[in-house]
Amino acid sequence: MFARLPETGTKTILITIEGKRVTVRAGDSVAAALLAAGFDHCRTTPISGAPRAPYCMMGVCFDCLVTIDGIGNRQSCLVQVREGMSVELQRGKRDPVA
Amino acid sequence: MTQLAGKTDFDVAVIGGGLVGSALSLGLVRSGQRVVLLDEGDAAVRASRANFALVWVQSKGLGLPEYAGWTIRSSDSWGEFAAGLKSETGHDVGFERPGGFHLALSETELENRALQLKRLHNQPGIVSYKTEIVDRKRLEANLPGIGPEVVGGSYCPLDGHCNSLRLHRALHTALFNRDVQYLPSHRVEAIAYAAGEFKVRTTHRELRAGKVVIAAGNASMKLASMVGLDAPMKPNRGQIIVTERVQRFLGHPIVTIRQTDEGTVMIGDSLLDGTSPNEITMPVNSVMAARAIRMFPMLGRLNVVRTWSGIRVMTRDGFPIYDQSETCPGAFVVCCHSGVTLAANHALTLAPMIARGRLDAELVGAFSARRFDVCQAA
Repeated sequence: MFARLPETGTKTILITIEGKRVTVRAGDSVAAALLAAGFDHCRTTPISGAPRAPYCMMGVCFDCLVTIDGIGNRQSCLVQVREGMSVELQRGKRDPVA
Repeated sequence: MTQLAGKTDFDVAVIGGGLVGSALSLGLVRSGQRVVLLDEGDAAVRASRANFALVWVQSKGLGLPEYAGWTIRSSDSWGEFAAGLKSETGHDVGFERPGGFHLALSETELENRALQLKRLHNQPGIVSYKTEIVDRKRLEANLPGIGPEVVGGSYCPLDGHCNSLRLHRALHTALFNRDVQYLPSHRVEAIAYAAGEFKVRTTHRELRAGKVVIAAGNASMKLASMVGLDAPMKPNRGQIIVTERVQRFLGHPIVTIRQTDEGTVMIGDSLLDGTSPNEITMPVNSVMAARAIRMFPMLGRLNVVRTWSGIRVMTRDGFPIYDQSETCPGAFVVCCHSGVTLAANHALTLAPMIARGRLDAELVGAFSARRFDVCQAA
């Protein structure tokens, strides 16, 4: 769906998305990494359960929420990927205890 | 929208389209009255859009025992009221009555709470209240995740809560379905009584009605004086913190913390001077948040998404004012702090009295503004 600009570098790191090891580009936001890896949504809404994908990519719309290293409702467009990071899709409401 | 008819246009003009005015309007139209509902616009300072949505019994009535009985009556009618709205409009207003708690963070707070309840129970004529002091063990069983500093609290099985924004919407939908004339942006500027009817002048037009009901929150004071009524008000400000939506963890409303049906957590127990809803005193929010985290430590991990101020509708002594004018028969005033809790009474009990043209002294006589009259020296 998305093509890389040639000047974005080639260094890669490994993270886990939905329990699977995925190679992503260093420097990417988690939202960009999810889109590049082919995910067409990153969360489902708390009320109706409708799927949502990153929209604004600049911290405003809150549609890119995911669970990162066990903490829910993180804005994935504002977090850079890190070696070993674990990312889960945000399914409905955040678990307040996890 | 239908054309306004000539002659006396309506049986009753209700002034104020918030929770009080719209609940009364629904009860009036259900009683067969032709109702016009006059409201301000979207920018109005409106407690119906800034409240904590508790349907709350415990603590009510210290100083006026009849208020406890009136509150319990509404709490007991709320299920029927909500079911009626659901069947008329399809809107589920999220009413639940799982019982509510008041939490104490020290032995001193718990003792004060117990003394307060004792004073309440010791009043002559008080109805059975069912509120009891509960120990920490009991709290742990009902409120998983309470913090180590919570020593105990009080519990009342009659306490509940709802989604008050949806309640406001459901009431207006029901009024629309029943062809009540709703006139927004019609702030009332003058009310005149002559020859058995009321002329009500708004910012846009004048209309006539056989009866008039003032349900305009803190503005009721000014309007009531136009028809020989008295409604002394003393508004104040409260602040609310709202968290992100999370999975249900709180099965009971706490007087200062509740989880909404949609998952957000509302925190609020402030009482400040002032009547500007555009003001926020941040240090007060810090204290509210700190106390909430001591009650439920996991709240400290949640993101806050909003914080806002609301202006409380408050009569001078905190109790409802329900009154009818002696000099202008057919004029009523209805204002109170607890527009959510008392909505069931307003629709099911008070509105039929107004439709009949007379408040029932046995049920609501205690709420007349005559209580504010200074007693003449004997």
